[in-house]
Amino acid sequence: SFGVRLSFVRRVSAHFSPLLSPAPALLLGFSGHRRASPICRDTSLQSSPIPYIMAMEVTQLLLNAQSIDGSVRKQAEDSLKQFQEQNLPAFLFSLSGELANEDKPADSRKLAGLILKNALDAKEQHRKFELVQRWLMLDATVKSQIKSCLLKTLSSPVPDARSTAAQVVAKVAGIELPQKQWPELIGSLLSNVHQLPPHVKQATLETLGYLCEEVSPDAVDQDNVNKILTVVVQGMSSSEGNNDVRLAAIRALYNALGFAQANFSNDMERDYIMRVVCEAALSKEEKIRLAAFECLVSIASMYYEKLTPYMNDIFTITAKAVREDVESVALQAIEFWSSICDEEIDILEEYAGEFTGDSDVQCSYFVKQALNVLVPILLETLLKQEEDQDQDEGAWNIAMAGGTCLGLVARTVGDDIVPLVMPFIEENITKPDWRQREAATYAFGSILEGPSPDKLTPIVNVALNFMLSALTKDPNTHVKDTTAWTLGRIFEFLHGSTMDAPIITPANCQQIVTVLLQSMTDVPNVAGKACGALYFLAQGYEDVGPSSPLTPYFQEIVQALLTVTHREDAGEGRLRTAAYETLNEVVRCSTEETATLVLQLVPVIMLELHNTLEGQKLSSDEREKQGELHGLLCGCLQVIIQKLGASDQTKYGFMQFADQIMGLFLRVFACKSATVHEEAMLAIGSLAYACGPEFAKYMPEFYKYLEMGLQNFEEYQVCSVTVGVVGDICRALENKVLPYCDGIMTQLLKDLSSNQLHRSVKPPIFSCLGDIALAIGQDFEKYLMYAMPMLQSAAELSAHTAGADDEMIEYTNSLRNGILEAYSGILQGFKNSTKTQLLIPYAPHILQFLDSIYVEKDMDDLVMRTAIGVLGDLADTLGSNAGTMIQNSVSSRDFLNECLSSEDGSIKESAEWTKLAITRAISA
Amino acid sequence: MAPPDFRRPFKRAAVSDQQRRRELTLQRQAQSRHDAQQRVRNLASTIISLQSQEPDDAADVVLEPYPLDIRRASRMRGEQVRNWFARQLMLPEWMIDIPDNLSQDWYVFARPAGKRCFVVASNGTTVSRQRNGSILHCFPSALPNGAKTREPSGPAHSYSILDCIFHEGDQTYYVIDMVCWGGCSYYDCPADFRFYWLNSKLEETGASGPPSYYHKYRFSAVTHEKGLPAAYTDATPYVKDGLLFYNKHAHYQSGNTPLALVWKDAKCSQYVLDTDSTGEVPDQQQVVLELQEDGNLITSDDPPIIFGRLNSEFIQQLGLHSGNFVRCAINDGGLSFVEGKLEKADLKYIGKCSRGRAFADSYSKVVFQYMARHSPLTYDDLLVAANKPPSDVEMAG
Repeated sequence: SFGVRLSFVRRVSAHFSPLLSPAPALLLGFSGHRRASPICRDTSLQSSPIPYIMAMEVTQLLLNAQSIDGSVRKQAEDSLKQFQEQNLPAFLFSLSGELANEDKPADSRKLAGLILKNALDAKEQHRKFELVQRWLMLDATVKSQIKSCLLKTLSSPVPDARSTAAQVVAKVAGIELPQKQWPELIGSLLSNVHQLPPHVKQATLETLGYLCEEVSPDAVDQDNVNKILTVVVQGMSSSEGNNDVRLAAIRALYNALGFAQANFSNDMERDYIMRVVCEAALSKEEKIRLAAFECLVSIASMYYEKLTPYMNDIFTITAKAVREDVESVALQAIEFWSSICDEEIDILEEYAGEFTGDSDVQCSYFVKQALNVLVPILLETLLKQEEDQDQDEGAWNIAMAGGTCLGLVARTVGDDIVPLVMPFIEENITKPDWRQREAATYAFGSILEGPSPDKLTPIVNVALNFMLSALTKDPNTHVKDTTAWTLGRIFEFLHGSTMDAPIITPANCQQIVTVLLQSMTDVPNVAGKACGALYFLAQGYEDVGPSSPLTPYFQEIVQALLTVTHREDAGEGRLRTAAYETLNEVVRCSTEETATLVLQLVPVIMLELHNTLEGQKLSSDEREKQGELHGLLCGCLQVIIQKLGASDQTKYGFMQFADQIMGLFLRVFACKSATVHEEAMLAIGSLAYACGPEFAKYMPEFYKYLEMGLQNFEEYQVCSVTVGVVGDICRALENKVLPYCDGIMTQLLKDLSSNQLHRSVKPPIFSCLGDIALAIGQDFEKYLMYAMPMLQSAAELSAHTAGADDEMIEYTNSLRNGILEAYSGILQGFKNSTKTQLLIPYAPHILQFLDSIYVEKDMDDLVMRTAIGVLGDLADTLGSNAGTMIQNSVSSRDFLNECLSSEDGSIKESAEWTKLAITRAISA
Repeated sequence: MAPPDFRRPFKRAAVSDQQRRRELTLQRQAQSRHDAQQRVRNLASTIISLQSQEPDDAADVVLEPYPLDIRRASRMRGEQVRNWFARQLMLPEWMIDIPDNLSQDWYVFARPAGKRCFVVASNGTTVSRQRNGSILHCFPSALPNGAKTREPSGPAHSYSILDCIFHEGDQTYYVIDMVCWGGCSYYDCPADFRFYWLNSKLEETGASGPPSYYHKYRFSAVTHEKGLPAAYTDATPYVKDGLLFYNKHAHYQSGNTPLALVWKDAKCSQYVLDTDSTGEVPDQQQVVLELQEDGNLITSDDPPIIFGRLNSEFIQQLGLHSGNFVRCAINDGGLSFVEGKLEKADLKYIGKCSRGRAFADSYSKVVFQYMARHSPLTYDDLLVAANKPPSDVEMAG
């Protein structure tokens, strides 16, 4: 009715004026360092005489703010906050004065610096953006006074003051250098660097390091990069007598590596840098060696293609470090090889991919060449386990790093690793020392991904029985933990419908299930790994057909998993989570044979959920645990609903529980005041899908949580999931969703124009607009004037990707897809209505968008399919009104022809339909 | 320059189950969205291919996708589906004069009172859709592929479509015609073949048997062949709502057809005269007509019959658009005919019809209702025609 329309208009316009022209930043999010928009200066900030007395007070406030006495601390913090709000320039200046003042206590100086730093940067992107704008708007005189205080502090005899100042200088540089401000900074840092006393030199190098971390390489010209690198590399060399200076220089290089593209392309300069790094890796100082190895790791991934001449030396250095050095250094030496594996795996995957060997980078096969020497070194590390590392979630030691690296080597070289590892396994697997048995098992588990099934299956067929028996009989839990994990890897990589020779047969299936279920009663870490193995066992039967070998054990498995969830120690080491995740997979991969058993599981899980809701007043700790449990139970229900909802026959039986389940979900929502439970939201999406139009009866109660989810900017996953649920509800309710659309649309449009919301949520929101339009048809009319301009400006923004990196192109394509799905939904929704003429004014722009993304030549297959479909929708809905317009577009000729001859069946199908629709529009 | 953390995941599955749930959900949603849009497009392409049907090039191309898309159409949703289904059913004209050869060329049977619907069985489900496209029931049935039983009852994607009337009283689907069976289309078969086939197939599958777990409603074929007096007077297990006359040689044709006719009088139907929204028979006969761009008020026939005209000022004043359905009363001036053709109608505008309306009235309906109020076609008239020997003699030359 007209009344509704008016109220909608009022609500929208009251909430967001920038709606019709969203700034690019709102859609694209913040990527790295961006230009500031011109903002008028606020004259009130310009004059600010700073009373000395304030600076005096500041010292005391800063000390009080670190007091042990909570009330003193609180009062000081409040005063500082008040000071900042009343006069920001004076506040910042007095902090910099405090930091620079050698007469002040080290504690107040350090805190002054930290507060200053926090006034320039924040973790949240939108907050960071605000702070950057605020600094840029500040009076130039004040800023230059602050900066000179900061630079002065770099030569302070107090180490904390120097170090804090170095960080703040880098933050200011991070803001100003991209704006071409503070051009003299690098020059002034580097002038006379050789004449400086060591402590000042150290602070200067530290500043350069932080600066390279803060500033993007394109904000510093090559001349300055050369100067920085020269100073840094000289500082690193063995001729530098002061170890503090040398350490600061190596750490600075770590951050400066990203600036050194040009220098790494110059043979002489690269040779020099590499020599200095390798020398430092052999230093007597542990900290210097560690920092040097960190540089090598970073070089491995950044400059892989330049490494060939240095690999012999690096191999010697890393091998020595793995065998002889302290653990922190040895870990980095192993990490160097893990990084090399990462690089080669990426390159080889690209070779194998559709790009027909056209990788940008050639594979140098370093791992293959080093294999015979590298593998024994890694195998040695496996014997250096710590007692109880299997119980300690945070543990990370040389044995773990070595095994992880061995796994990566296996993925890199494939079959070649097997003969190098087998003797080690055979020799150690039956030894009385648990370390040897565990190392052998771990080695076996590590090489299961990479080599071909042909190579591994015969070995696994021999080993399987041994593993099953070790899992129940080995006296050491560490060995059992690794054995269960290895079984999981066997099932993950060698069991499934794609395997030629099955490793699980009617002969051993029962034994495997029995052993795994028995293991679930073992200590939590072993039980958890057994659940994991069962997860992959079930997954291997995912597309087994109408009858699954697990059917006879289904009930027993479910019962055992539920028993695990009730163990008193189920909270340890994610055991309960592992049990529910496995239950989910068992349900997902079940067949129709066990559909009734899955149905019987519904009231069981419902009861579990009900019981968690009965608790009395909960402490915040208990509340957190309850939230986790809700997540697991809602997740499980979601999987069951999706399973049963997929076929009409099973859905029928499930529907009897729908009311009660929805009631439980609503109670789960009610447990959280400020936000909604993501898992419950996901589950509700599946429920709506299963219920269809019936879901309408839940809407009155559910709606407020839907709105709450759409408002959750902070936890963007929640927002994203909720947007998906809106789509589910639209498809389920169709035009019965209409009464809720004003609210939903308001929220979605707000989300689109928010700069707080993570950019990844925006493409699905556009798609969701299409879902709504398709559901309510011509009733979408009242939203056209808001939705269309937003789509239009988003389309303009996403039409071109010139100069964007791969990640940006991928995002742009997802944005295009969302926009196009919105257009499709709207066009289809208006089809056959009396109001199609309302869309005619938008047609030229839609066509222009299609033409421009076609010309851009960087859309992915999905966008191509959606785009060509939109062209057909346009012709189909607008008919002869758009005939000429369409005929004159590039899309209707070249783009359509390209799609018609596409090898992708779904693109071709859409294109053929579009051709038919256009023919009709033109001939009408 | 915080030292980098090189810790790698250890003995963990790379993907969390929650992430997997999210991804599977996204996949399902993307697929549903794609399906929903494809449904709209498939529907459109069916309609396009039917409309663009040209006598020479497309005959065999068109026949094939037509029933195939009906199977898809059974999964369609929303307004589109309503419009689509509304166009698929064969709609009898109202009998305003008696066809020749009534006894020879026409079946006559008592029409069950109830909800006219298309019953589509495919993929293990049976769905009945009413004339406006809305789903009446979704249930397992013994029709081929009509239920998910252990033994497949037909090729996986075969489907059957029956033209039925659901009778509330005995919860039975009375089958009046068969459109597709087990994946074969019978659109282009004559009625006598369709009826014969229907009877034997219903028996064969057990669809005419009593309800059971895999067969929720009984299907029962109406008796087509007993002749006029039996159809008019014999007791039926269902409440009668008039008589249907089907031409034996006619193919199944979507939309209004003069080869199927409906007739009723007060003895064989509770509803002879149309009622208004309150269930009362209004003093003046009411008709629903479609407004055209030029102001003409037309019937749903193809080609349409023009019953009157609204002037543009009036249309603007009422806020009407072309395509709207409007309700009019027939004033005392009534309808005047010249040589069997409508010459003039004395109409009075009443108002706009509700949104749910998909059709204007057909010419035959308006005229039948008009006659029913003034000079009805009686059972005796029909009986005379039925007893008349065949008029045409075979011509040899």
